[in-house]
Amino acid sequence: MSDHHHHDDDWPYPHPKQPDTEDAPFTDHMAMAEAVTELLIDKNIFTADDMRKMVEYIDSKSPAEGARMVARAWTDPDFKGRMLKDVNAAAKELDIDAGTIPIRCVENTPEAHNVIVCTLCSCYPRMLLGLPPDWYKSRAYRSRVIREPRKVLAEFGTDISDAVETRVHDSTADLRYMVLPMRPKGSEGMNEDALAGLVTRDSMIGVSVIKDL
Amino acid sequence: MRRHHDMGGLDAGPVEQTEHDYSPWEKRVDAIMRLLSDEKCQLMSVDELRRGIENLGPGAYDEYNYYERWISSITNNLIEKGVITVDELGTKMEEAKARWQETQA
Repeated sequence: MSDHHHHDDDWPYPHPKQPDTEDAPFTDHMAMAEAVTELLIDKNIFTADDMRKMVEYIDSKSPAEGARMVARAWTDPDFKGRMLKDVNAAAKELDIDAGTIPIRCVENTPEAHNVIVCTLCSCYPRMLLGLPPDWYKSRAYRSRVIREPRKVLAEFGTDISDAVETRVHDSTADLRYMVLPMRPKGSEGMNEDALAGLVTRDSMIGVSVIKDL
Repeated sequence: MRRHHDMGGLDAGPVEQTEHDYSPWEKRVDAIMRLLSDEKCQLMSVDELRRGIENLGPGAYDEYNYYERWISSITNNLIEKGVITVDELGTKMEEAKARWQETQA
């Protein structure tokens, strides 16, 4: 078997580097994370296996689960009613674990457009949509979206007519939000799976709308 | 007086729509927090995480990236609670850095 790793003089690594991970220097904070993990395992607070499983669980969460709920809400008005009342309970109907922190669903209509933020930190329905995008946690987004939502939305390419009210929901550690986007025109004949494929993360944050087909 | 993290409504520049894939060490920090706060463990709450982040002060809050703030807060909380000591932490950090140095040799 040939050695497919090309070892130049300026390439002293035993295997190809992965951009973003191995190129990065090993910082004090990375060392701190490693040290704390080892200490907590040594002290039987949790096991290495608990840690591995938790990282897998985090990786398993994505906007796809929220998208499934939105698609069901579009096709089943009774389900939508239950979702608007209690997202976490409605999620269980679809075998989705949305966690224990209450999530409130806010519905976009022709009269009102909703957008979510956490001005104080980074609260996000992460148990349903996965980890938040970087900009959601940024100073600019957290500062501005509650003061000038239309302007911020325009930066995302989303123009909300003056005739439509904008509602900004500030999340807390104890109450998270998700947006139920409007079903796009032209999707009438689509089945639930196909509809779920139209639903983007940003439409459930409320910085974008789903374009008509 | 408005505290540093309480930024809602203030002026700021355009929202830079940057994203990155979370790196393994960032996911591990997230996992540490979830394990410490889960029903079985209950060693630390999300409120305690936030208090620790907000107490980093304006300098560190802006200088550290997101998960650097988290691990700093988690570590301070664990030291305060007596779960780990500063000496243990220092030793383990040196070992971790030494291991990394070996992979660079």
